[in-house]
Amino acid sequence: MQKVNFTKIPSILSVLALAFMLTFSTTIQAQADSANEAAQTEAATPAADGVGDPAVGKSLFNANCAACHKLDKKATGPALRGVAQKYDREWLYAWIKDSQALIASGDAQAIEVFEANNKSVMQSFPALSNGDIDNILAYTSEEKVVVVPPTGAGEIAASSGSGVSNNIILGALTGVFLLLIVMLVLVSKTLKKIATANGVDYGEKPKGTPIWKSFVENQFLLLVTAVLLLLTAAYFMYGFFMQVGVDQGYAPVQPIHYSHRIHAGANEIDCNYCHSSARKSKHSGIPSLNVCMNCHKNIAEVSEDTQAEGLNEYGVDYNKEIKKLYKAVGWDETTQGYTGESEPVKWVRIHNLPDFAYFNHSQHVTVGGIACQKCHGPVEEMEIMEQFSPLTMGWCINCHRETNVNVSGNEYYEQIHEALAKKYGVEQVTAAQMGGLECGKCHY
Amino acid sequence: MKIINMNKILKLSFTLIGFLAVVSCASDGKPNYQYMNNMYEPVGYETYGEADIFPGGQEAMLPAEGSIPRGWQPYDYPNTTDGLNLAKTDLKNPLLVTEESLAEGAKLYTIYCAVCHGDKGDGKGILVQREKFLGIPSYADPGRVITDGGVYHVQMYGINSMGSYASQTNELERWQITQHVMNLKATLKGEPIMKPAKVDEIDNALMMTASDLSETNHSLEVVGQKH
Repeated sequence: MQKVNFTKIPSILSVLALAFMLTFSTTIQAQADSANEAAQTEAATPAADGVGDPAVGKSLFNANCAACHKLDKKATGPALRGVAQKYDREWLYAWIKDSQALIASGDAQAIEVFEANNKSVMQSFPALSNGDIDNILAYTSEEKVVVVPPTGAGEIAASSGSGVSNNIILGALTGVFLLLIVMLVLVSKTLKKIATANGVDYGEKPKGTPIWKSFVENQFLLLVTAVLLLLTAAYFMYGFFMQVGVDQGYAPVQPIHYSHRIHAGANEIDCNYCHSSARKSKHSGIPSLNVCMNCHKNIAEVSEDTQAEGLNEYGVDYNKEIKKLYKAVGWDETTQGYTGESEPVKWVRIHNLPDFAYFNHSQHVTVGGIACQKCHGPVEEMEIMEQFSPLTMGWCINCHRETNVNVSGNEYYEQIHEALAKKYGVEQVTAAQMGGLECGKCHY
Repeated sequence: MKIINMNKILKLSFTLIGFLAVVSCASDGKPNYQYMNNMYEPVGYETYGEADIFPGGQEAMLPAEGSIPRGWQPYDYPNTTDGLNLAKTDLKNPLLVTEESLAEGAKLYTIYCAVCHGDKGDGKGILVQREKFLGIPSYADPGRVITDGGVYHVQMYGINSMGSYASQTNELERWQITQHVMNLKATLKGEPIMKPAKVDEIDNALMMTASDLSETNHSLEVVGQKH
């Protein structure tokens, strides 16, 4: 219903237009640069006068600086927009090339900056030439581009608008149908009235045995119906009782909206990165918040596209969810440090085997080498995590019957594997043939 | 007769309403009901369960202060710049280069490091390509001194924007990753990479490393002997 394929076009168009403009603006700047260069006839070192190319500077900045510096926000290092106006150019050259030497030389300004940033040591960049640094500084001196937000709002309006129109169409259709029915009834009534007025006699129908009575009198039909009814009832009863205790499709609302689609799908982060205990423990643990912070220390906001997608398609404000994480883990963005005030996140556990069944993740993940998706389904496509498999005993057993065990490179058990394969007359033994069906394997 | 029919319809509609009521209760947001709760719910506190006895009501808590994971060894280099520099020069990889250790290191590297640092260690992982993370240096970066000890130290404590990986990996795994990182760096720089030792060499080397390790690391010794 809500499928609207082309709502993104305005936003894409506007982004394209912006990109188009920016491309031209940079070329203009570059032309200005070359004009400068020509005027001053300083061949080979166009940036020696302190004017750099911001486009080149951006790529240099992203490659060298962006790990620790952002333009408008403090990260590991301070925000860098406008840094060229703050400090002397020569001093900046010296600092970037080897900040530690500058500090050691007793430069008061260097020591002040060092102290102000938790004494974190800045990487030396001896490979950067003065021209490179000029380019970077030209990039950091650019005015902040304020992105006009109406694209996102427009999208929302458009999508909700089409939803409304769909509803209107449906409502109109129902109205038309109702009208038709009413009209038909009225027409038949008036026709009958006209008929009686004209003296047409419908006549009394001869009263035979009512169908209900004849049905009751027919013993055979009654028996067949009873049997059919019982069978249908049994079928539905069976279905009902079999789904008791099965949580397939269970998708609770989590305290922090975490999108597996973005993390495991779009960003291709390995499942084991966060669920690291699946490799070596019974449980595939819910990652502790320090694991989130491995990346989110640096990523405080999602990209604008992602944010718009979250708002429009899933109704989630991803940036707010990251703020929830910061609150729980006690991370202060302004000081880039932990406040020490943390609170637990009450994640809702989804997959939960009953206490009488034993399951070990490491046995399946590390030893068996089974992909997580085999049991958990296409998690990388799930915006909201849900239980994919029924996790019933029949489901376990079925897989044990079908799955061949990889026994290569396991010399210690070679003999028994060969004996088993011979006994069952197969090339490769399945988990079931190795005792994977014995009650005591999982129930004890 | 008509009355009987009405009754039937009434009954039927009641059962239907009842059925719908039961069915509509099954929502995705709540777990299904169970047959015999006593057999489903554990006697002990369930992993990630909730119970009033715990602070915050959660079974999942931080380990008690001073608790030590099994196989844990003290790591004496402090989480400071001096500590890092000391580790860079003094700390050596106690792990023998074997096929298993290299393979395991590569596997773990792919899980934990490659998203940013790239499969080749050139700093072009998927997160960098998608511009989620920027400025990840290549291991071959001339401005950086990358040694065994430094790589291990950074995994242990993290550095700048990179977090600590001590909670996701153990000591052995960190050294395996270190081996792989050093090989990646050598490949990027065009230097010879570490190759697994031959079997008879391993036996000799084991005797040596065993005595070397005895001061620093016991758990690795045991692992080394398995090969």
